[in-house]
Amino acid sequence: MAKNSPPSKAPRRRLSWNDPGTRSLIYQVLILGIVGFGVWFLVSNTLHNLAVRNISTGFGFLNREAGFAIGESVIGYSPADTYGRAIWVGILNTLRVSIVGIIVATLLGTLLGVARLSKNWLVSRVAGAYVEVMRNIPLLLQLFFWYAIITEIMPGPRQALNPMPGVFISNRGLKLPTLQGDGLDWILGGLAVAIVAIVLLGHWGKKRQEATGRIFPLGRWAAGLIIIFPVAGWLLGGAPLALELPELKGFNFTGGLTLTPEFAALLAGLIIYTSAFVAEVVRSGIQAVSQGQWEAAAAIGLPRSRVLRLVILPQALRVIVPPMTSQYLNLTKNSSLAVAIGYPDIVSVVNTTLNQTGQAIEGILIIMAAYLTVSLSISVFMNWYNKRIALVER
Amino acid sequence: MKLIKAAVLGASLIFVAATSHAGETFDAVKKKGFVQCGFHTGLPGFSIADSKGQWTGIDVDICRGIAAMVFGDATKYKATPVTTQQRFTALQSGEIDVLTRNTTATMTRDTTLGLMSTGINYYDSQGVMVSKNLGVKSAKELGGAAICVQPGTTTELNLADWFRSNKLEFKPVVINSPDEAMRSYVAGRCDAYTTDKSGLATIRSTLNNPADHIILPEDFSKEPLGPMVRQGDDAWFMVVRWVLNTMLEAEEYGITSKNVDEMAKSPNPNIQRILGVTGEMGKGLGLNNKWGYNIIKQVGNYGESFERNIGMSSAMKLERGLNAQWRNGGLMYGWPIR
Repeated sequence: MAKNSPPSKAPRRRLSWNDPGTRSLIYQVLILGIVGFGVWFLVSNTLHNLAVRNISTGFGFLNREAGFAIGESVIGYSPADTYGRAIWVGILNTLRVSIVGIIVATLLGTLLGVARLSKNWLVSRVAGAYVEVMRNIPLLLQLFFWYAIITEIMPGPRQALNPMPGVFISNRGLKLPTLQGDGLDWILGGLAVAIVAIVLLGHWGKKRQEATGRIFPLGRWAAGLIIIFPVAGWLLGGAPLALELPELKGFNFTGGLTLTPEFAALLAGLIIYTSAFVAEVVRSGIQAVSQGQWEAAAAIGLPRSRVLRLVILPQALRVIVPPMTSQYLNLTKNSSLAVAIGYPDIVSVVNTTLNQTGQAIEGILIIMAAYLTVSLSISVFMNWYNKRIALVER
Repeated sequence: MKLIKAAVLGASLIFVAATSHAGETFDAVKKKGFVQCGFHTGLPGFSIADSKGQWTGIDVDICRGIAAMVFGDATKYKATPVTTQQRFTALQSGEIDVLTRNTTATMTRDTTLGLMSTGINYYDSQGVMVSKNLGVKSAKELGGAAICVQPGTTTELNLADWFRSNKLEFKPVVINSPDEAMRSYVAGRCDAYTTDKSGLATIRSTLNNPADHIILPEDFSKEPLGPMVRQGDDAWFMVVRWVLNTMLEAEEYGITSKNVDEMAKSPNPNIQRILGVTGEMGKGLGLNNKWGYNIIKQVGNYGESFERNIGMSSAMKLERGLNAQWRNGGLMYGWPIR
């Protein structure tokens, strides 16, 4: 187009107040300058105030020995480790509860959202009641409730319930047997191979369906593969696997896997609270797809379950994903209520750190940076997913 | 949440104009006509407000002593209840003039927070409380135990240090709210509960069956508790230091709030100096010579304060122990007023 039109002479830009481009440039530079000056003033004034008051500053404390113990940790940690590692333990604990919470809350919320639209009167009313009750009770109250339920009702470790060998339920948490030994790596390897195989199979099945119209029963294949490969890996590795059973030693159980009451209460609270919101997001998403789509899909003979999966949900997702991102961010940030019931998340650990070191400003900065990083990561991922599922205009 | 308050106080450090000169706190206190004290939000015997908003406790008495010394009127103080997390920031930022809030004096706090301890008004130690039916007689039998603890003090550190040095394992359950932490202990989530022994005694007295719980003999730490001030105002530092010493000296010489007027007639030169009958002891602090008389008349001596708030005549029923006068085998040794 540019080739055909006569070469228009761009008017020479002059620095004039009447030129809107120049004006906006000046405004932007001015505002940037004011913001920059504000930040510089606050930072330098803070540093000056801290120096005048003889208060230590800087992040050097991260390399000092922490000295305090942490109740549960994904990675190895002892009081002889540094503050930096202690904070890292806190971040991982936050991530652990957030990731599990997001996955389960999504599944439960989707089920509830679909149930709320069910034609079955009882199912839809129960789902409706759940949503209305759970999202209207403050989360902190729910956390106290679940924590009190677990600690008050469960028996002490010496009278622990023992529903099956190696499983103990007490007010110290749920104890499960764990697998120990080299065989574990082989099993995990087999699992990884199975997942890759399922993804490849899915791609191949989709291509074949597009080419021939034959539907590939991926679900059955996936179920088979996910069992066969780990078992094969276990046998290949020579089956060196021992079962480690928890046992009562002194006051508490040792060995085995632990699900602590704090983690369980926090997870239960977050899932139950957030799933109520997720249910509403899913319901509104499904209802946003016009009735005509249901009817059209039914007219070509698709069963109801397939209509939902192939026609309605892909369109509903476009409405669902943006508000769902907010719910995921909420869940992650709500996990900071853990301090109330003793789960050692990032806030709890940094709290202790800044009390021991007295470096409150640095501590708060670390918490803010940690949540910002996690939240932005979730946002970036969800925005990418949103783009992927966006309606492709043809 | 408490963090919010901490953040706000931190922000106040960001925004306050940077000014500092010697004597600024003392001058400001005299100018505004009252002293602003940071108290515990509610620890019976140390600082707690009743339903009418009247504060009592041995920490409160130090604050009242300061008011009596500076203004001749023990009621000229204002209370700022602060949590463990807020207390240092509140003092650093100038929101309070003095922190009288069962705070442990340590080297880190003196050297990195810009604060100074002015003396010790209660010698405490960290201990551990267990349920009697656990059958435990010593903390050394607590290997593998779950221990409920409140964050925000050196408590977590001492706990971990003690177990490390005795090569024992334990699981901390760190709960922010004191009530929730206590509920978890009573419900059996933890085998033991740890805090300063004075605190354990206070908490035990509030349980349904205090006799079902015992405080084990081990001391996890030394906890010298006392008032703190900001660095940079030596005159103010001395005011706070000498309130405590005056109360200790008064007890040693038998001067009480009841007999202070008769004692003023005593021929003992020490008593005469404390009560301002002779000498010019107040001059160095820019105060009149009635300062000692005012503290003792309105607040009482250290022993009276102890008995009234945490001693045998109170609900706490704490022994004098380490906090007895040095002549009675304790550590309380008032510096001479001469």
